Amino acid sequence: MNVRTLLLPLLFAANQGLSQGFAGLGTDAEGFAVPAPNPVFDFPADHGPHPEYRIEWWYLTATLTGADGADYGIQWTLFRSALEPTDAVGWQPTQLWMGHAGLTTADDHFHAERLARGGIGQAGVEAEPFQAWIDDWAMSSSAGVGEDAYSALTVAARGAEFAYDLDLQATGPLIFHGAEGFSVKSADGQASYYYSQPFYEVTGTLTLPDGPMEVTGTAWLDREWSSQPLSPDQTGWDWFSLQFQDGARLMGFGLRSETRANYTSATWIAPDGATTAYPDGALRLTPLAMAEVAGRQVPVEWRVEMPARGVDIETTPLNPQSWMGTSFPYWEGPIRFTGSHEGRGYLEMTGYD
Amino acid sequence: MTWAAISAILAHWRRHPGQCATLVLGLALATALWSGVQAINAEARASYDQAAQVLGQDQLARLSRADGAPVPLDTYIALRRAGYLVSPVIEAEIRTPGARLRILGIDPLTAPPEAQAPALTGGEVAFTDLLGTPGRLFVAPETAQRPLPPDLPPLILAANLAPGTAVTDIGTAARLSGQEDPSYLLVATRQPAGLPALAPDTFRLTLTEPQSGNDLARLTDSFHLNLTAFGLLAFAVGLFIVHAAIGLAFEQRRSSFRTLRALGLPLRRLVVLLGAELTLFALVSGLIGIALGYAIAAALLPDVAGTLRGLYGAEIAGQLSFRPAWALTGLAIAGLGTALAAAQALWRVSRLPLLAPAQPRAWAMATRQSLVTQFGAAGALALIGVLLALFGSGLIVGFTILAALLLAAALALPGVLIALVSALSRFATTPLREWLLADTRQQIPGLSLALMALLLALSANIGVSTMVGSFRTTFTGWLDQRLASELYVTARSPEEAQDIRAAIQDEVQAVLPIIAVETELLGLPGRLYGIADHATYRDHWPLLDATETIWDDIAAGQAVLVNEQLARREGLGIGDMFPLSPDWALPITGIYSDYGNPEGQAIIGLALFGERFPNEPQLRFAIRVPPADAPALAERLRGDFNLPPGNVINQDEIKRFSLRVFEQTFLVTGALNILTLGVASFALLTSLLTLAGMRLPQLAPVWALGQTRASLARAELWRTALLAALTFLLAIPTGLALAWVLLAIVNVEAFGWRLPMQVFPGDWLRLGLYALLAALLAAAWPAWRLSRAAPSDLLKVFAHER
Repeated sequence: MNVRTLLLPLLFAANQGLSQGFAGLGTDAEGFAVPAPNPVFDFPADHGPHPEYRIEWWYLTATLTGADGADYGIQWTLFRSALEPTDAVGWQPTQLWMGHAGLTTADDHFHAERLARGGIGQAGVEAEPFQAWIDDWAMSSSAGVGEDAYSALTVAARGAEFAYDLDLQATGPLIFHGAEGFSVKSADGQASYYYSQPFYEVTGTLTLPDGPMEVTGTAWLDREWSSQPLSPDQTGWDWFSLQFQDGARLMGFGLRSETRANYTSATWIAPDGATTAYPDGALRLTPLAMAEVAGRQVPVEWRVEMPARGVDIETTPLNPQSWMGTSFPYWEGPIRFTGSHEGRGYLEMTGYD
Repeated sequence: MTWAAISAILAHWRRHPGQCATLVLGLALATALWSGVQAINAEARASYDQAAQVLGQDQLARLSRADGAPVPLDTYIALRRAGYLVSPVIEAEIRTPGARLRILGIDPLTAPPEAQAPALTGGEVAFTDLLGTPGRLFVAPETAQRPLPPDLPPLILAANLAPGTAVTDIGTAARLSGQEDPSYLLVATRQPAGLPALAPDTFRLTLTEPQSGNDLARLTDSFHLNLTAFGLLAFAVGLFIVHAAIGLAFEQRRSSFRTLRALGLPLRRLVVLLGAELTLFALVSGLIGIALGYAIAAALLPDVAGTLRGLYGAEIAGQLSFRPAWALTGLAIAGLGTALAAAQALWRVSRLPLLAPAQPRAWAMATRQSLVTQFGAAGALALIGVLLALFGSGLIVGFTILAALLLAAALALPGVLIALVSALSRFATTPLREWLLADTRQQIPGLSLALMALLLALSANIGVSTMVGSFRTTFTGWLDQRLASELYVTARSPEEAQDIRAAIQDEVQAVLPIIAVETELLGLPGRLYGIADHATYRDHWPLLDATETIWDDIAAGQAVLVNEQLARREGLGIGDMFPLSPDWALPITGIYSDYGNPEGQAIIGLALFGERFPNEPQLRFAIRVPPADAPALAERLRGDFNLPPGNVINQDEIKRFSLRVFEQTFLVTGALNILTLGVASFALLTSLLTLAGMRLPQLAPVWALGQTRASLARAELWRTALLAALTFLLAIPTGLALAWVLLAIVNVEAFGWRLPMQVFPGDWLRLGLYALLAALLAAAWPAWRLSRAAPSDLLKVFAHER
């Protein structure tokens, strides 16, 4: 039993005490703000933290190719979880921070985790100039004056056996999911604010146990915050970010339910950044093959269909054992797909206990 | 044949159940006292280990400031942001009168797994409760039952925590202690890939490697050695009983043994059978002894816990747990004791001539030659003791001197007693008295072992009570000097301290700040005080050695005072330079006595202290007022500033509290003393009983000459009283020598202070009466039996050889 597993309910599981009836009225029973439709984002402030919401994350995944021609993938994530809707200074925490870093090769999957309390400077996010950090892991803006802070980033993290240091240059605009960034997560109306920067070109260095490896590739940054992530019956999600060869991208997720049909949502992103949001049912996710991962059965190959866009593909992972054995364990790793379209992407699967 | 032999051997015990009981009881008592002491030691050591394991101190390195000050929060963050996996700990002590609690605030989010932070998770505690306000304190069940400071967060019981310690989130610890900067940082054993090696210097920190042993165990070693010595003494005294009982049983069965041998029982088998019999005794007595020992340990443990808290601030569990290894050791000790006590008897049986008459001999009859040998051994031991005292050093040497001294006195006892009784007989005025003294002298060899036991017990008693008495007298006088101020006040914040000072400034004679920092003094934890320049200190401070200008030098910030323990430990004297930190040293101008404190301590002038430690909050101060006004002022301060009662303390209360701690400290010693004396009386009883049966041939002629049985019985009582009194007289110089060794050698090694020896003749008188009473009690039963002896039994002496 580890004290860290106790973070899980705070960060991810639905809080049973949340009063759904307050949705849209601004705050919940414990004084946290809840997402409301028709958001108006305010940048660069909204690139920074929103302590009045329960949870928030800065979530970067990158599909990379090494100088050796092999596929690699990295993940850099900073989660924020609030105990109280304030941002206090000192040891008595109101905000908790959790960093996850992953590095996937065809043969290995490395991961690392860092935890910190807010209020003492060990971890945090500042909007201007943008930097997100926990310990020596950092994601900082290297954008020029007048540019969006997310248009250029440097990202670094380090684990017991690996490290990486990457430069990211965005080649397209920020895109907003759902209804202009208001992303509904269940038929009950739970929602989050959700936008992405899916157009990064990446160069940098991975430090592997065998030595350094120069890499290039693409990356995808998700920004999401909310106070009411899932319905009580929802057990986990399967999330895809896909890059097609013509430059278009697709974000799609399915939320699995114990009692109801799965809830799906998708965003089609044209090469120029124009988005089309698709409601529940437009995306179909079907597991094709299971693998035993960390003592449990996880669907590592999927059929992804979206008839509206003529998408019918099958995905295979770079490494079926892309398991993040962190406090809150989940599967996260790079994939390739074939079928109606070809390309690369990232897959995240949670809730497989 | 074997079965016949077994039944013949065992029949003896059926006929003499009292003897059987004596043997079992003697062995059980010896085992009990020894293993009881061992159980206490084991329990204490387990507590120290637990304390050492808290936060993985035995596995994790630590980063701390060389000057003992907390690690600045910024430094911690800088280390984290450089990528090093270090985790902060705020360690603080919350004290109120009669209650204190050590708080360990950890950061569960960064604590390395070796820090055992998982002990924090019982699953029942929500993480939000743990990290939120008021937070939670994890304590051992034992701690929860103690008096604790008021207004603590809710307690959660957790096994495996050291007693007196509460583990909590660092946020809660920061709030409770008012300390923001971590006391130290734990360093995770595995650091991330590719980081440069941690260079503590660049962060102005020092790295302490994981400690395999721990300070508490080292500090308390002497105390446990003390207990062990006592246990060993009790064990030795117990063995005298066993020796007497076994000797008697073998002596009385000599005729049976001869008959069995004559009937064809091989000698080898006889010895094996007797060995098996003894083993059985050892086993049964050992088990009883272990049970008794457990009971003794359980009864004494709370006192021992009090002692350790009082002397060293060491927290041990007040409840005894059963350890199988300990029980096995107890059995082994019982076996060993039996073997020691029975070796002589078994050897005699193996040498038993088959055809010699089975006449009982006085089994411990000593020849002149053996007396001389004993005396020579005593002299040699005494010489060794003296040489060690002159040239040796160290705690073990101290105890060796004690052992040599006691053994020498015991060995010399029979010879000295015989000489004394011989000298007395010159003054005998009647034939009967002459006979009485001659008979007494003749009896001494048979009683010598029991008398030796009595001597040991009495000497130990005198020695230890002299030490404790000297300590008490010195300590009381020292308290009067040290606690010269009438009131001691603790404010809750520096601002409140200012307000209180301002409010009373005009109506009291003086307000003297008391301020100190926890620091390292020559590599070991200690405290550094700042002291005001005031007559209170100039007139009263208990100095052992000082320069003439001491107080002026201190006031000018040009000198330092150190306590006796520190000076002795480091071999410091007046004029030596004393390093207070790597770049700061002052000359020593005085050494003061500081009893009851295990740590090193140093004092500098208040102004200098303020310069060096500007951030140290000024919360405590002493107030000088006319003693008659003190209670009223105390009452007013509590009322005006709403101070908790414990924050305004009268001088008398501190003295009472200190003396209570002191008395508790020596409670165990007293209890063990009484037990030892009891065991020695019992040894005397068994020896007298043994002799009583054998002495009929000596008594019968006197009876036949016209003395009544009653007067013979009275004579027996007189004789025993005389021997006890003489033994007691010899115990006085032995005990005083013992006290000297305890005060001048053992105490200095164990605690770091030397006390002037004082003698308490009143105590001796009381002890002498006890000894006499014990001896008479022991002699009463044999004497009563003699007064009731059937005349026919006495007549039989003349009729045949029994």
